[in-house]
Amino acid sequence: MAEKILGRASNQEVASGDIIDGTVDLAMSHENTAAISGKFKSIGVPRVWDPARIVVPIDHCAPAANEDYAKNHKVIREFVREQNITNFYDIKAGVCHQVLPEKGHIKPGMLVVGSDSHTPTYGALAAFATGIGRTEMAAVYATGKIWLRVPESFKIIVEGKLPDMVSAKDVILHIIGDLRADGANYKAVEFCGDTVDHMTVGERMVLCNMSAEMGAKAGMVAFDDTTRMYLDERTDRVYTVLNPDADAVYEKVVHVAVHDLEPQVACPHTVDNVKPLSQVEGVPINQAVLGTCTNGRVEDLAVAASLLKGKKIADTVRLIVIPASTEVYAEAVQNGIILDLVKAGAVICNPNCGPCLGAHQGALAPGEVCISSSNRNFRGRMGCKDAEIYLASPATVAASSLTGRITDPRGV
Amino acid sequence: MKMKGRVFKYGDDVNTDVIFPGKYTYTISDPKEMAKHALEDLDPAFIQKVKKGDILVAGKYFGCGSSREQAVTCLKEAGISVVIAESFARIYYRNCINSGLPPLILEDTSHINAEDELEVDVETGTVTDVTTGAQYTVTPLPPFIMQIIQDGGLIPHLKKEISHGR
Ligand code: SF4
Repeated sequence: MAEKILGRASNQEVASGDIIDGTVDLAMSHENTAAISGKFKSIGVPRVWDPARIVVPIDHCAPAANEDYAKNHKVIREFVREQNITNFYDIKAGVCHQVLPEKGHIKPGMLVVGSDSHTPTYGALAAFATGIGRTEMAAVYATGKIWLRVPESFKIIVEGKLPDMVSAKDVILHIIGDLRADGANYKAVEFCGDTVDHMTVGERMVLCNMSAEMGAKAGMVAFDDTTRMYLDERTDRVYTVLNPDADAVYEKVVHVAVHDLEPQVACPHTVDNVKPLSQVEGVPINQAVLGTCTNGRVEDLAVAASLLKGKKIADTVRLIVIPASTEVYAEAVQNGIILDLVKAGAVICNPNCGPCLGAHQGALAPGEVCISSSNRNFRGRMGCKDAEIYLASPATVAASSLTGRITDPRGV
Repeated sequence: MKMKGRVFKYGDDVNTDVIFPGKYTYTISDPKEMAKHALEDLDPAFIQKVKKGDILVAGKYFGCGSSREQAVTCLKEAGISVVIAESFARIYYRNCINSGLPPLILEDTSHINAEDELEVDVETGTVTDVTTGAQYTVTPLPPFIMQIIQDGGLIPHLKKEISHGR
């Protein structure tokens, strides 16, 4: 699948290991657009290659937490105006990786680059999407081109019906625990199998989002009716489907059976330090975070509301809920999810990255423990190097907020 | 492109947070200032000892974690001329090239010791350990990547291409 998309993007037949000069279909940069615009200007090209192919959301720290962030945002607003980049989403839209698919910017077969390491999220819509650095993004702005090595592909076949309260997040944590943090370094990872077939686009986004945590260059799910229905509502429906051939060659094929999978938790301080929930059950927590580009969608808030409705979270816990986008937020308000969460004691923040990168809205103090539905638990990630972060599914985060300890959602 | 320098040797999974701490990512923008914090959470003595031309040798998955480019800039500014590792995290590898710091992949770096004197010919992919007398070959970088590095990184490279009307 990677070979087909990169072949299309470079107008030739390609094989893994080849280096291509690819034409970028879409480029995304968020708050680092300010830094990128400086580098872009130093190249000496007056205009970006194609303003219609650049999407800029402000999402990492929105609204600005202090003067530095405010200045940064101002530079971005001036740059997009000057360059006529109309696909600009100011602080009211939400997290980049949720906003771009939702607004119909991502289509199958596309080559997408983003100056963010979780750009592979977009592969849930059968695109090839990968993260790049700032200098490189400045060059893409100028030329619309990027050199890429065509990666070898891994096929991860997920099979079986997921048990109640076990979700896509538990599946991907389990896979990362097995393959390790560098297990798919440089590779394109395709997720398939009947479990994936039955997943929503949102759940597939969870898999692709976290493929970055095992080093993958891109994570992908082939196009099917689920993809089609999602795109029908959001795009002009013009796209090229480039699904894998039946006889495609993979460097590695991994089988994952999930019918008896228990909830999984990534323990401090690496994402691949994954344990079944039963091994960490009872660890006291100070904060629970539900949101981010990994798990801040309506289905994630809904499962939390189903566990918390009519109950109160523990007095010792702060539960921070951050819908991933305004669309998600509005839907969750409309169907009563937000009210259930607020009544249970949750603090609702506006759609943005929140404490995920330690910028604001729930930074941790030394010695504190947080359980989060996000994707990274490196030391210091939530603002304090002496705090501990556990990563888990929305259901586990919600169940834990009820008791103040890491708790199995199946027993709630 | 030939380099000669002393080896700083590190292990596997050296992440971008220990190469350049996250707490400085929004507060420091001057490369010279960045260099002062290079590797401070891994090897505080590094910045005192490093000399221009020195060579960093590491194990597997060097540069994993964030896409922050400062983790390359700080090493380059500190004087490191080439990084040799058993493997690199992919964004770090690209950031090296784009910043003009050659990243070389040597399957097994365990026989190279800290403080060894190395000679590296980036074009041919030969690494000579002057101290032990051992010689290693790495796969040379493809010509167009070599060109980006020789031009000093992606931005100067692009400027050159543009001024030549390409
Ligand atoms: S929510 Fe977290 S992981 Fe996602 S884009 Fe924002 S900072 Fe990155």
